[in-house]
Amino acid sequence: MNQRRKTTLVASACLILSLAASSFVLHRVDQLRPQATLDEVLFLSSPKVIKRASLGYDGLMACIYWTRAVQYFGYRHHYYAASYNLLAPLLEITTHLDPHLVVAYEFGSSFLAPQPPHGAGQPDRAIELMEYGIQNNPDNWRLYYDLGFVYYMELRDYKKAAETFERGSHVPNAHPFLKILAAQMAQHAGEYETARMLWSATYQTTQDEQIKQNAVEHLRALRVDEDVQHLQEAVTRFGERTGRLPASVAELVAAEGLAGTPADPDGHPYKLTPEGRVEVRVPDDFPFATKGLPPGYKPSPKFHAMP
Amino acid sequence: MRARIAHIASNTFREAVRDRVLYNLIAFALLLSGAAILVGQISIEIEKLVVINLGLTAVSLFGVVIAIFIGIGLVSKEIEKRTLYTVLSRPVRRWEFIVGKFFGLAGTLVVNTFFMAIGVFAALFYVSHKFVRADALILVALYFIILEFLIICSLALLFSSFSSPLLSAVFAFSLFVIGSFAEDLRNFAGLAHGVSRWLATGAAYLVPNFSAFNVITSIAHGQPVGGELILQNTLYALFYATMALSGAVLIFERRDLK
Repeated sequence: MNQRRKTTLVASACLILSLAASSFVLHRVDQLRPQATLDEVLFLSSPKVIKRASLGYDGLMACIYWTRAVQYFGYRHHYYAASYNLLAPLLEITTHLDPHLVVAYEFGSSFLAPQPPHGAGQPDRAIELMEYGIQNNPDNWRLYYDLGFVYYMELRDYKKAAETFERGSHVPNAHPFLKILAAQMAQHAGEYETARMLWSATYQTTQDEQIKQNAVEHLRALRVDEDVQHLQEAVTRFGERTGRLPASVAELVAAEGLAGTPADPDGHPYKLTPEGRVEVRVPDDFPFATKGLPPGYKPSPKFHAMP
Repeated sequence: MRARIAHIASNTFREAVRDRVLYNLIAFALLLSGAAILVGQISIEIEKLVVINLGLTAVSLFGVVIAIFIGIGLVSKEIEKRTLYTVLSRPVRRWEFIVGKFFGLAGTLVVNTFFMAIGVFAALFYVSHKFVRADALILVALYFIILEFLIICSLALLFSSFSSPLLSAVFAFSLFVIGSFAEDLRNFAGLAHGVSRWLATGAAYLVPNFSAFNVITSIAHGQPVGGELILQNTLYALFYATMALSGAVLIFERRDLK
């Protein structure tokens, strides 16, 4: 083997071994400081400064910040985190960099508005974000729809929701259901009926599979809430009439003349606890349900809880 | 005259290719294909936006870096290697040498941009599986980027005609950054009074206004660009590049090469 070939072999071996060793050591370092790579720090928090620093390439920066917001929300949502402190600033930066990035308003409001663990529990910030979006994209009826959605779903502010849907209904090419929603909000129509209409409209008008899936989950949860409420009312009536609780769902069905054995959207019959509570059998299958859950029920964390 | 300029331009192009300038296309292809594949998995609904934004930003930045780092050496390298004396000993005028170098560098960047544009459209097809009419607007953004390159090439040559390569790079890059803030400078001038207003306004018109060429974000959203803007930007780039080239010729004509 000549000298040159020998050097090539030794250098190649050194290169591969050093790369493997440095990766191994870095892995150990990451284990020593598990949060180091996901530090919740915004080194630059001013949207104006970031816009200027982007030297005109603000579209790409907006995409980067939007991806960062999605990753931040996704990571914390995955661990059922209780706080989302950086979410609103990240979305503000994203939308200031690119005010026409409609996806950031649509998804951003649905990240910000719902209460933890489903969202950041910041409906006020969601409203600010949507108003900024409407200011910059006044002809996009979906933004009015999403804003009205936040007013109705998170704040139960029927007046504002009705006003927002009404504003949106005047936008050229707006979907006709905005007018119906505005009227329904103004009348304070039945909660389940209105909520079902909102989620059905969301399902029908979006092309995004994740939004469709989210709407389906909410529709399933709505059915559970409504079923449980009706069954619970039947239990109360039974108790008032007989002075005791029904021994089983079958007894309740027979006594109250209910049609068939009531079951959740997955076909599992509801169960009746000895204390007279109607519950679903698999609460984890209905992450958005608010009724029919065991007392103190919390969604099971996938790994470990975050603050 | 035309033949001499064309000859210098083609030699400049060949030299750039020999310097492996077009190798940047490999980095560009890796960047774009990586982004096209990855972004769908780590973000939501912005695959197409990222491909357009990242693709056009990369075309612009790669081109600016090439324009600056090749442009600054176009004159000084010829002096250093003493090849300039051979060229000028023939019936080639100094201004023809500068103009030829300019067209050679601009040609290199146009070829580079052409290949990158193919990459952008290929990545776009990969993420959207089809082309729509609005995608043709990307060509306008690419055209504006090329106009931007013409200005940067002429500035790099201007600085190269009297300064060292290092200082030329600093000057050219600084002007690129300042030029990106040209509209802010003009707004600042509007707020000032008296002499400072005149000075700030003068500076705002003297530095190149690169923000006028930046339509990447709006084109990524499919917003059309008016024909008037295309015409005015073309004229602006041609006038500005001619101004900087004239400056380079004036300086180079008087430069003592002994």
